[in-house]
Amino acid sequence: MRFSKWAIVTFLMVGLLAMAGAVYAQDQKKLTGKLEIFSWWAGNEGPALQALINLYESKYPDVKVINATVAGGSGINAKAVLKTRMLGGNPPDSFQVHAGQELIGTWVVAHRMEDLTWMFKQQGWLDVFPKNLIDLISTKDGIWSVPVNIHRSNVLWYIPANLKKWGVTPPKTWDEFLQIAPKLQAQGIIPLALARTWTAEHLWESVALSVLGPDKWNALWKGELSFTSPDMIKVWDLFGKILKYTNSDASSLSWQQATDLVVNGKAAFNVMGDWAAGYMYTTLKLQPKKDFGWEASPGTDGVFMMLSDSFGLPIGAPDRDNAIAWLELLGSKEGQDTFNPLKGSISPRLDSDLSKYNVYSQSAAADWHKDTIVGSLVHGVVANERFMDGFATVMDMFLNSRNPEQAAKAAEAIALQSGIGK
Amino acid sequence: MRSRKDRVFSILVLFPSIVLLGIFVYWFIGQTIYISLTDWGKVAPLAAHPPIHFIGLENYKTLFTGILEGRFCQDLVNTFFFTLFFVLGSIVLGLFLAILLDREPKGKGVLRTLFLYPMSLSFIVTGTIWRWLLAPRGGINVLPRLVGLPALRFEWTNSRTQILQFDWQDIPKLTVLVVAAVLVLLAVRNLRRGRKWQGLFTGIPAIGLVLWYIFGGSLIPSAGLLFPERHGFNLAIIGIIIAAIWQFSGYTMALYLAGLRGIPEELREAARIDGCNEFQMYRRVALPLLKPITLSAVIILGHISLKTFDLVFAMTGPDHASTDMPSVLMFIRTFRGNQFAIGAAIAVVLFILVAMVVIPYLFSSLRRRSSE
Amino acid sequence: MNARFRLGRVVLYTLLGLLAVVYLTPIYMTLVTALKPAAEINLETAWNPPNHPYWASFVDAFTRMFPNLRNSIILTMFGTILSALLGSLNGYVLSKWRFRGANLIFTLMLFGMFIPYQIILIPLFQTLRTMHLYGGLPGLILAHVVYGIPITTLIFRNFYVQIPNEVVESASLDGAGFFGIYWRIVFPLSWLGMVVVIIWQFTQIWNDFLFGVTLTSHEWQPITVALAYLAGGQAVQWNLPMAGSILAALPPLLIYIIFGRYFIRGLLAGSVKG
Repeated sequence: MRFSKWAIVTFLMVGLLAMAGAVYAQDQKKLTGKLEIFSWWAGNEGPALQALINLYESKYPDVKVINATVAGGSGINAKAVLKTRMLGGNPPDSFQVHAGQELIGTWVVAHRMEDLTWMFKQQGWLDVFPKNLIDLISTKDGIWSVPVNIHRSNVLWYIPANLKKWGVTPPKTWDEFLQIAPKLQAQGIIPLALARTWTAEHLWESVALSVLGPDKWNALWKGELSFTSPDMIKVWDLFGKILKYTNSDASSLSWQQATDLVVNGKAAFNVMGDWAAGYMYTTLKLQPKKDFGWEASPGTDGVFMMLSDSFGLPIGAPDRDNAIAWLELLGSKEGQDTFNPLKGSISPRLDSDLSKYNVYSQSAAADWHKDTIVGSLVHGVVANERFMDGFATVMDMFLNSRNPEQAAKAAEAIALQSGIGK
Repeated sequence: MRSRKDRVFSILVLFPSIVLLGIFVYWFIGQTIYISLTDWGKVAPLAAHPPIHFIGLENYKTLFTGILEGRFCQDLVNTFFFTLFFVLGSIVLGLFLAILLDREPKGKGVLRTLFLYPMSLSFIVTGTIWRWLLAPRGGINVLPRLVGLPALRFEWTNSRTQILQFDWQDIPKLTVLVVAAVLVLLAVRNLRRGRKWQGLFTGIPAIGLVLWYIFGGSLIPSAGLLFPERHGFNLAIIGIIIAAIWQFSGYTMALYLAGLRGIPEELREAARIDGCNEFQMYRRVALPLLKPITLSAVIILGHISLKTFDLVFAMTGPDHASTDMPSVLMFIRTFRGNQFAIGAAIAVVLFILVAMVVIPYLFSSLRRRSSE
Repeated sequence: MNARFRLGRVVLYTLLGLLAVVYLTPIYMTLVTALKPAAEINLETAWNPPNHPYWASFVDAFTRMFPNLRNSIILTMFGTILSALLGSLNGYVLSKWRFRGANLIFTLMLFGMFIPYQIILIPLFQTLRTMHLYGGLPGLILAHVVYGIPITTLIFRNFYVQIPNEVVESASLDGAGFFGIYWRIVFPLSWLGMVVVIIWQFTQIWNDFLFGVTLTSHEWQPITVALAYLAGGQAVQWNLPMAGSILAALPPLLIYIIFGRYFIRGLLAGSVKG
């Protein structure tokens, strides 16, 4: 009985090849069909999304990706279309949504999303995303979306050359700002540029963070700090003082036009998220650090107020496997480092390859690694949509009346209605 | 001519339209009314089967008396003033343009197309362009600088000034006053025309209401709010009015041009022979003949103005209370705040407003047509 | 008399000139912004003509909006023609074949003209979905046709009321039936009314955004959605959407230029009177 040596070798080879083939096939995941991605990225944000789609298509060439973007109306049109579709029983395979309460308070409580904890575990993301971030995007029932980027909300922008000309330095606290502002006004410069209502809300959350600090900010959204507490009245009070040094035509300007005021030397400072860096760098062709500078907004040094665009998995997604592959790509290092440099944001992953990013993003990423992370209000992390919608009205009311007590009471009323902290 | 077969054909032809409108208009209206009577939006509104409860007129009460819905009340006031000035402005400007063009200037065709073309634009485009034009920092304010004059300093839509202020609490009182005034006018007219019974019928309640207002004014219930709420005419709306008039005066101009052309030349000649100059001819002869056109223009423009959404949204965005309108509020409450029931309630109030403008008109033309 | 006449003319032309300038101002602003490269666009220099005309934005806008152009053309053509036909038939019946309740039906139809579109968005979506018409152009066309029925019926009805009843009677005495009268007498006379309806519906349907963006899937979206896309993004490069607006407004503008005088003639012919 001579089992030919060759037979055994051949047998083993075939077996190995078969296994390798099986593993290889597993890896490539023969996916077919379509993948419909719903977002509101348009205009200059388009190329970043397109790069991700190209990456996906290179990995899964048999899947047809449909880029269903709905632009306009500052995201409200996209929300209208998305909600109409979901209510009509026609969910896309995956949709862009701000990570945090905007997703949780709308879709998760409605039992429309699949829990992604298994994916986070499988892909090893629990170690790669900062814990603060994961806390903000989960509930006790699971983790609900894959964050694909991080933007920072609390940034103060200025033009160094202009500041030197006027003899001021970027303020480290709001009290400092209130001291240098009259000096600037005397020279005919707008101390702080502001645009439409939502940018006032954006400014407000930086001011609130500086007064409350990260712990009390979190407590506010957990329902442990009252909206009418003395701290909150202090916030509105300070905010009102700061507003005196903003431009009177704010509500006719878009946020870029407010940035333009700073760039043109008509205004000194502007508090805006770090997409302003993208605007100044890409559209206005200014160099970071040389032509424009930034600091954490006054009083918030060491705290990173974040917002994140993310994608989730709706229950009943027509092409679930394709969607899962999309999400895995989004959370991967390769996906994030392809998308973010083009978008002008940074990757939430702590192992991101920083050599691909520009000077501003590198500085933001350094802060991301070391700062305390809290969530933005205006961009959907800490409060649900009903609250945000009502808060916009409260802000406009305050801009008209400048009455801190009234605003605080109104904010408390909507917090109650929206179930903040429950 | 009127055979049974023809009647069957008539119904057959109208049938698809009746069915389609029945579903797409009346059924949807019914659904909206039903939703407005529920609390959809309170708990998990986007669930596949959201927990909805019937709550009757709660939403309406919230809209008119809630602390946070002062914005809705201001929207109603905004819409009232916007409609008033937009319709007035479009009609006056349209008439003016039509009269000018009626004088047969050279290049009339070009001018007519020029004034008509804004209608071909979408409201979104118009809104965006005018937003730029009315930005206080650039746009129209800067124009005088081109000829060496100092820049204008209007605030346009940024203005937070409000004139003609009144307190929402006083609405019931004001209503009594308005109703009394109308009744007084009717009574006077009836008596003057010798209609004794109608005169008494309108006169007595009129006097009664006036007395009540003067003496028992404090007994008229207030609107039941916790704080006084001041509303008025926001000057910021003027910007929107200008943009809207720019877009629609071409339409009224076309209407009036057609109307003026429909006036027989003999009538005009007769007036001239009687010694009228051109101005008087227009005033005495043409204008009265144009009344039906004015009426239909008022209706069309009125309902467009009540529905205005795109223009306001493009010009001042979603959260600008001084220029806000109910349609914008409805859109953002529904799709941004997920409060579907409140959105539906706002929609129903909007309906009722439109109906108040439209139904009397439809009624009277219905009666007119029945007698044709 | 001559001097006064000339003074009158001078005043007339001055007024018209001023008004023309006022009307043209927004277009000037749009054109000038469309011709500047993005970095040059600034609120404060908005009135200044561009340093060098930058035609690339038009090319760019056109390339991006082109796929949607096909959709818009199909949508508007079919939508306009169908609602015109339907309105014409309805108007014919309601003006020439009075039966009991006809006026009531007409009034109920008219009322449909006055609903705001945001309200019916969700039920409309759900209904079209149930009919399996969501996503493509047929559903969108249906929506526009349905909501165009009231105004087109109104215009045609008022137009046909002008046709003397004797004409209809003599035709029926000649043996023409219900549809025969329509086809041989009424329809050929309709062209002025058609012009008014076509202009109105063309503008409405071409410029609609809300239905277009909600009721269609990505490949079937009309040009207004593509235009919104140009103005999207975090840092809007205003030259693009301005150029896009000008391009997207060209077809309706063309229609108004060509048919403008017929529009007025059509209004004159009776659709004016309420």
